[in-house]
Amino acid sequence: MAKNIAILGDSESIKGFSAIGLDVFPCEREEEAAPLLKKLAGSDRYAIIYLTEELYAVSGRELARYSEQITPAIIPLPGVRGKRGTGRSRLSSFVEKAVGSDIIFNE
Amino acid sequence: MAIMNVNPTRMQLTKLKKQLITAVRGHKMLKDKRDELMRRFLELVRETGELREKVDAELESCNAHFVNAAAVMSKQSLDASLFSPKQQLSVETDVRNVMSVEIPEFSTDTRTPDSGDIFPYGFALTSFELDDAVMSLNDLLPDLIKLAQYEKSCELMSAEIEKTRRRVNSLEHVMIPRYQETIKYISMKLEENDRSSRTRLMKVKDMLLEKAHHYSN
Repeated sequence: MAKNIAILGDSESIKGFSAIGLDVFPCEREEEAAPLLKKLAGSDRYAIIYLTEELYAVSGRELARYSEQITPAIIPLPGVRGKRGTGRSRLSSFVEKAVGSDIIFNE
Repeated sequence: MAIMNVNPTRMQLTKLKKQLITAVRGHKMLKDKRDELMRRFLELVRETGELREKVDAELESCNAHFVNAAAVMSKQSLDASLFSPKQQLSVETDVRNVMSVEIPEFSTDTRTPDSGDIFPYGFALTSFELDDAVMSLNDLLPDLIKLAQYEKSCELMSAEIEKTRRRVNSLEHVMIPRYQETIKYISMKLEENDRSSRTRLMKVKDMLLEKAHHYSN
């Protein structure tokens, strides 16, 4: 089944993505992020959900629920407010989980 | 290591020996699975790390383009230009099986036949900075999809590796030693029984000989 791609974040960071065909969901306040994410991920309409790093940081519990499923893939992206390195630390946590300690990104 | 709570019988011994063979074989296979998964995972994670760096850097430059566009255009006209999209992306998810871990493979499809058909506005009233911004974002899109696919695969694989590692360790350090100890315990117990019944028989034989022939040694 064909699914779509969603992006969640503050409207400044995500407005460009609507032009290239993603479904954008502006979310200005951090506390709105978790319910919105739950709705999107639960609707089974989206194969990939991008999140700005700010929102990714505050929606930990929702993220854990979908980590074992193939879709949706929930991926953090840096927003206009600069990058926090969430993507890198996420990868490093995967390595840590698999290997026992981070042997790749620890420099 | 504690031995299992079993009766020291020959039947149990055979059963445990069979179980030990299965456990050893399972351990070997799981170990192979873990090693191969780990190899692929590390490969993938390195690639993903590079891709992540690239995407982060390019997104930053895309954002800079958008900031430029926002600087020369009014907020209303910028929003109006972008918020009626012409293009719609749909994603087809295929599932690939890597060492029994199911990982996704995304392939995208656009609504209009020309995937470059991205500008949802006329060029007359917008600035070229906006064109730049939208175009750079569109160029980044394949990498974004690939990043999603790679990161999801890493996530799924790391969970599977963790599980497999735990299984390997539990087999190696708990199950197999316990089977071995129990087998040893049972066979020793059986030998002991054997010896005791033999000495008893010898004793009985002596007693019988003495009774019959008044023979003693």
